[in-house]
Amino acid sequence: MLGIIRQKAFGQSLQRIRPVASSWRGYSSTSKQMMVREALNSALDEEMSADPKVFLMEKRLGNIRVHIRSYFLTSNCGFMFMISKGLLEKYGPERVLDTPITEAGFTGIGVGAAFYGLKPIVEFMTFNFSMQAIDHIINSAAKTNYMSAGQISVPIVFRGPNGAAAGVGAQHSQCYASWYASCPGLKVLAPYSSEDARGLLKAAIRDPDPVVFLENELLYGESFPVSAEVLDSSFCLPIGKAKIEREGKDVTITAFSKMVGYALKAAEILAKDGISAEIINLRSIRPLDRPAINASVRKTNRLVTVEEGFPQHGVGAEICASIIEDSFGYLDAPVERITGADVPMPYAANLERMALPQVEDIVRAARRACYRSVPMAAAQSY
Amino acid sequence: MALANFSSSSRSNLLKPLAPVLSFAETLRRPISTSTDPLIIETSVPFTFHNCEPPSRSVETNPQELISFFRGMATMRRMEIAADSLYKAKLIRGFCHLYDGQEAVAVGMEAAITKKDCIITAYRDHCTFLGRGGTLLEVFAELMGRQAGCSRGKGGSMHFYKKEAGFYGGHGIVGAQVPLGCGLAFAQKYSKDETVTFALYGDGAANQGQLFEALNISALWDLPVILVCENNHYGMGTAEWRAAKNPAYYKRGDYVPGLKVDGMDALAVKQACKFAKEHVLRKGPIILEMDTYRYHGHSMSDPGSTYRTRDEISGVRQERDPVERIRKVILAHDLATEKELKDFEKEIRKEVDQAIAQAKESPMPEPYELFTNVHVKGLGTEAFGADRKEVRAVLP
Repeated sequence: MLGIIRQKAFGQSLQRIRPVASSWRGYSSTSKQMMVREALNSALDEEMSADPKVFLMEKRLGNIRVHIRSYFLTSNCGFMFMISKGLLEKYGPERVLDTPITEAGFTGIGVGAAFYGLKPIVEFMTFNFSMQAIDHIINSAAKTNYMSAGQISVPIVFRGPNGAAAGVGAQHSQCYASWYASCPGLKVLAPYSSEDARGLLKAAIRDPDPVVFLENELLYGESFPVSAEVLDSSFCLPIGKAKIEREGKDVTITAFSKMVGYALKAAEILAKDGISAEIINLRSIRPLDRPAINASVRKTNRLVTVEEGFPQHGVGAEICASIIEDSFGYLDAPVERITGADVPMPYAANLERMALPQVEDIVRAARRACYRSVPMAAAQSY
Repeated sequence: MALANFSSSSRSNLLKPLAPVLSFAETLRRPISTSTDPLIIETSVPFTFHNCEPPSRSVETNPQELISFFRGMATMRRMEIAADSLYKAKLIRGFCHLYDGQEAVAVGMEAAITKKDCIITAYRDHCTFLGRGGTLLEVFAELMGRQAGCSRGKGGSMHFYKKEAGFYGGHGIVGAQVPLGCGLAFAQKYSKDETVTFALYGDGAANQGQLFEALNISALWDLPVILVCENNHYGMGTAEWRAAKNPAYYKRGDYVPGLKVDGMDALAVKQACKFAKEHVLRKGPIILEMDTYRYHGHSMSDPGSTYRTRDEISGVRQERDPVERIRKVILAHDLATEKELKDFEKEIRKEVDQAIAQAKESPMPEPYELFTNVHVKGLGTEAFGADRKEVRAVLP
């Protein structure tokens, strides 16, 4: 039976994926599991195969031997180069380019190639390094279609891991979702599951506008079930639409990327308390799916926003404002925000844990929104 | 008198191709401006070179081309002076960076390339845009923020584009256009178009890190990009010797070959650009340094005389003005009379005035244009005005 599914679901392109890639997949008897890293790889492969204008710019980590790779995988350092595994051999060095470590230079080159009509996918080793190139992302990519009154479009994708990894310290842990999402002209996507990764990356590559694609290093190795539809090479998710990961009726919890997983765990815990939480996986930070979030809050009347990034001027602040503007009368409690701590990311494991949202933080905030915890007045100490 | 000096000192350098026919010229003069008989003219100064063999000083041209140089540069000159007046009349707002003095670079470059080659420059882009086929109406209307502008009034002085003619702007961030230009060249090579990109920048941008990053990648990947430093010797108000430890910009590419060119001599510019195009299609990037000068300050808010002496400015105008140089060449070779050239200038003045009048008639953009072109594919998302309860739009 599995064989038959393979025939229907696996299009022509997947037969060209080299056998070594298939060793990543674990099979359950009922549904296929796919790692996020493989989902991204397959999306890149299929889009490069479909359109010769698509090419990749990345920092290849060269010929690191397999045993070193597996060591790093098990010790959870998560090297990113696995995302484009096999693509160099398949498409050649003209389409899978190895760049020097000069972000401003190669990002500008990518944007210039997009001006001419190619479709570059520029990889940042992490989005922290995108700050070196941020002028090109904002001023050269995001604004050009507007300034040229539509003459010059920029069909480029900027992708890479975003947010905190594990123990990498302050300069390597920032979440850039709210910075990029505030800029008109950009689209900003943040996948969670493998389905998200495949569908949103394919959508991003096909989209004629500049897209910032925020992955998460710690999710690369996680497996999710994928249906036959997801595995089809024409599969694509719409940009700007959130997904209700879990339906509920007492409180809405919005999250994106890794925090979706935490929110789902929190929902399990809350369910035991009789609180039914609706979990929204934003998928798209810009454009934000305001209708979906508002519809959910109008149903539940309570909202908790969850994000990994810094609290001030963050994604949750925007969602809160949007709810107040459009659904104020429906709120039965103040909006709660769970975010990263307002500090640069510390290294020590205990402090790092405190600097990031944990499942218990989400649970506590949801309880507060449902008036199931100590009243504010008693807890206030300033 | 300058003309006599020029004639006596340079006639010995100039070949005299029409000498035997000259006596017929007065009686049998056919319309000179359409003649394509070749003329060889020497550049004013030799090329200085770094890591390459320089091109010959003898430039092949013809009367038609020289007349078109004159017309082109005179139009650009008139346009920039008119823009100065419009700015002072407050019809142009914000930034206005004028190119008068540097016209030879725009015009000489165009003569060496096709519209399939790409040009990208910074914000001093009015004349480059004109050279790529833009019209005076598009320029003035854009400067005044009107619908007839090349960017429909949404770009302004620093954001002129003409993609179908290979002109990619028009960029306000100093130095950003250089990596973008290298990207254009990458795309040309990827697409196997056999065309090249000229990425223009100033002496101010020549010290930018991203320039060297892009140059490194271009040299590694053999991209067909020509980096053209329009060295007008002042980066905003800072003289080049105050900004660069090594102001020999043609040498700054280190392993990348470079050529220093008299940027006030349109023929030298043409020769250098032709040479550069052939070079980069085979051997990877090259740097051209155009030794040029701008008469105006950096922008309209800069008088240009606080960091330069008026004597220096008028000295360059006397000795090296690009329009005057071509006028002298035309007169020396008897390709047109002084009166004919003056008539051209009158015609140009009228054209410019007409374009300004037409541009003034053009309306400002409609309010809905605030929300157009944010995306190519808006996906039906909402965009907001200043008061989102008042002004909301759906992006198409």
